[in-house]
Amino acid sequence: MSFYQRYSEYKNFDFEKFYSNIKDNHILSIINKDRINELEFLTLLSEKAGKYIELMAQKSKRLTLQHFGKVILLYTPLYVANYCVNQCVYCGFNLSNDITRKKLTKDEVEEEAKIISDTGLRHILLLTGESRTHSSIDYIKECVMILKKYFSSISIEVYPLETDEYRELVEAGVDGFTMYQEVYNEDVYRQLHVKGPKRNYRFRMDAPERACLAGMRSVNIGALLGLDDWRKEAFFTGLHADYLQDKYPDTEIGVSLPRMRPHSGDFQPRVNVDDRSLVQIMLAFRLFMPRVGITLSTRERAEFRDNLIGLGVTKMSAGSSTEVGGHALEAKSEGQFDICDTRSVKEMTELIYSKGYQPVFKDWQAI
Amino acid sequence: MADKLVIGGKELRSRLFIGTGKFSSNKIIPEVVKSSGAQVVTVALRRIDFDSNEENMVNHIPEDCILMTNTSGARNAEEAVRIAKIARAAGCGNWIKIEIVTDNKYLLPDNYETIRATEILAKEGFVVLPYMSPDLIAARRLKDAGAAAVMPLGAPIGTNKGLRTKELIKIMIDEIDLPIIVDAGLGRPSEAAEAMEMGAAAVLVNTAIATSDDPVGMGEAFGLAVQAGRKAFLAGAPAIKEYAEASSPLTGFLGA
Repeated sequence: MSFYQRYSEYKNFDFEKFYSNIKDNHILSIINKDRINELEFLTLLSEKAGKYIELMAQKSKRLTLQHFGKVILLYTPLYVANYCVNQCVYCGFNLSNDITRKKLTKDEVEEEAKIISDTGLRHILLLTGESRTHSSIDYIKECVMILKKYFSSISIEVYPLETDEYRELVEAGVDGFTMYQEVYNEDVYRQLHVKGPKRNYRFRMDAPERACLAGMRSVNIGALLGLDDWRKEAFFTGLHADYLQDKYPDTEIGVSLPRMRPHSGDFQPRVNVDDRSLVQIMLAFRLFMPRVGITLSTRERAEFRDNLIGLGVTKMSAGSSTEVGGHALEAKSEGQFDICDTRSVKEMTELIYSKGYQPVFKDWQAI
Repeated sequence: MADKLVIGGKELRSRLFIGTGKFSSNKIIPEVVKSSGAQVVTVALRRIDFDSNEENMVNHIPEDCILMTNTSGARNAEEAVRIAKIARAAGCGNWIKIEIVTDNKYLLPDNYETIRATEILAKEGFVVLPYMSPDLIAARRLKDAGAAAVMPLGAPIGTNKGLRTKELIKIMIDEIDLPIIVDAGLGRPSEAAEAMEMGAAAVLVNTAIATSDDPVGMGEAFGLAVQAGRKAFLAGAPAIKEYAEASSPLTGFLGA
């Protein structure tokens, strides 16, 4: 069994008919329920539910407080290589984009690690483009061995691997996994991934499950909002998270809400996802999966991120760069996408305290 | 005879244990310890940053408190044992709350793995306080395994739903000759008082204090409630009757 089976059950679902049957009292009763099912989650993502965003926010705040407390976990991404063999139309690392390709040496990784670690961060997310030549498993493992000296938790966001390869990385010290399906709509997926191994929709979709099987402690998924109808994409992301949580109950499942940002390349978002819509998605997730971690990256602007503290988000990046060697090197490369919130770890720390919350730097260590 | 709670050879001055995971700042912890009177404070090893003075939660716990590291994040007995040993080696003492969760949807503890971990750690000289789902048979096994106390949940962690597992906890209090400490789910001081009136040896509270608008005030309230509940238990609270008692008894015709 794979999540694809569950996705297929809803692939041709008549969303419009479903939405048209939603009544206001359904929405209210769902918001008041202790546990909601997948179609109730879809109801909360509907346009009609948008009217009740304030009620959803009140409940989301309460649930997030109860299950997570007044804390926000901070982390930062570290791009170690941007070589990529794929042609994904929406991505700055697209093979056909004329950008400076770079891969950090071991010394450069160490330098990055030192600088980031000096900010107090203990959780790091290691990223590469897809290239088995330049960013092989061995190279990723070498980076992990260096990062282990500086960070108590290492997550990876790299190209899809086989289960045994994830196991190797877990044994090397990786405890977290992030992967975005980008877009769950199978037809749109094929259109946007023009060339390269990433065209393999199923292989990518099953990667989070392989990571769970390999013993990753935390598995984080999401869809790149803007590529297709956001209500459907958020729904499939929720179904996927729910599937993984049910099947692998001892894995911490999390979701991210990445929204498309300007990048090198001409592709523009197909769908506009405004602030209100993103908030509705986050609130619906919190009510559907009260204990799911929700990450908001520096794709979003500062004042928007600030307003979401306390509403549902539990993890935020800080001091970010999407350039390879973005923290230390002078001669940098183009980033995967433009960052919006450029605040440092220190600034984010102060901001979080000012909101009556505590920034948490360490929430795991190798055992 | 004085009413004492002794665990692991230590006489405790407070029957309120507090958690530390959800506060808005580590700085508030000593204030809450003071207002609540708590002596046993539990900290997740996963959160302890030994490399940072400011961020190291342990540095904010008053010296006369008993630090009880918990194994939050452990998915099986082996991981819990490793966490306990790391904590002890790092100077966190030998009190350990076993928290093994193989279910991230509800954060319910895995009793089976908890029993296994208790056995291993008790043999290694730890003072083991296992967090468990209330189950008399599991509690017996934990006692046989060497637990210093047993900590059944009142309701799932973070839910603040109170003593939902009351009947099962009552049975444990009656049958298990170990301190029974209600841990998780207590949302109000009145629920803590209720647990103590039933005969619980102590309660552990985290969410309800840490996420309150006034954690120091709420800590004090819980401290008082635990004392009140314990006093009521010792004084012998009157039996709760199912039916009203008539002032003219039915068997009065029988004479004295």
